[in-house]
Amino acid sequence: MTAHASSDLLVILRHGPHGSSLLRDGLDAALVAAAFGQRVSLLFMGEGVMALVDDQQTDPLGPKGTAATLTMLTMYDIETILVEEAALEHIGLAPSDLMLPVCLMSGKALSALPASHRLVLTF
Amino acid sequence: MRYAILLLGAPYSHQASHSALRFAHALIARGHALQAVFFYHDGVHNAARLAAPPQDERHLTDEWIALHAEHGTSLEVCIAAALRRGLVDEREAVRHGKSGHSLEAPFELTGLGQLIDLGQRCDRLITFAP
Repeated sequence: MTAHASSDLLVILRHGPHGSSLLRDGLDAALVAAAFGQRVSLLFMGEGVMALVDDQQTDPLGPKGTAATLTMLTMYDIETILVEEAALEHIGLAPSDLMLPVCLMSGKALSALPASHRLVLTF
Repeated sequence: MRYAILLLGAPYSHQASHSALRFAHALIARGHALQAVFFYHDGVHNAARLAAPPQDERHLTDEWIALHAEHGTSLEVCIAAALRRGLVDEREAVRHGKSGHSLEAPFELTGLGQLIDLGQRCDRLITFAP
């Protein structure tokens, strides 16, 4: 059994950090769950992997962005950061371009994730 | 089974609210219980007290209220998402110095912790997103 299979909650993040607040709202739900003592895994899929790109600026855009929130994840004991490998490849990025250490997921291991968590929230 | 719904889509902009309502009635018709609907992200606009859609369209806010009246489903609105979007009950209106309120019972302003609690208490938590 892998570490993330024992989490209570899987939060799937499919939206990028700029353009909508779905990513931020998903992260907020994850932080609150962790503060309530739930073991939380995050899965970044599709456009959501853009959230992890290192060295993002937000000032010209207006909204606060999500990079600062991601740096706080370990304070909330959220250490299982999963990334859809194909989504990362699709936009030409490698794990070394990301701001956090991540675990790449693909194939059956990826599709088995929702069933291995008691609760799944998708943003 | 005990169900809860998480609704993220704005009314009339996206299919999510219509689908969530249809799902709510379908599961109740099958004998399941719908404990709560949690309105988050743009879904909070479903709670707008002042919504006045054209008469030949469904009045989504009123339909949520009817769901509460007939089946006891609680209607919980994320307070942080609501305040950002101008949805305030009487108490929050006073607290923020606003001249009117845009949300009232049976909708309740509550925190995200309530969503996590619903996820633990219910057998199924179903998300409707844009």
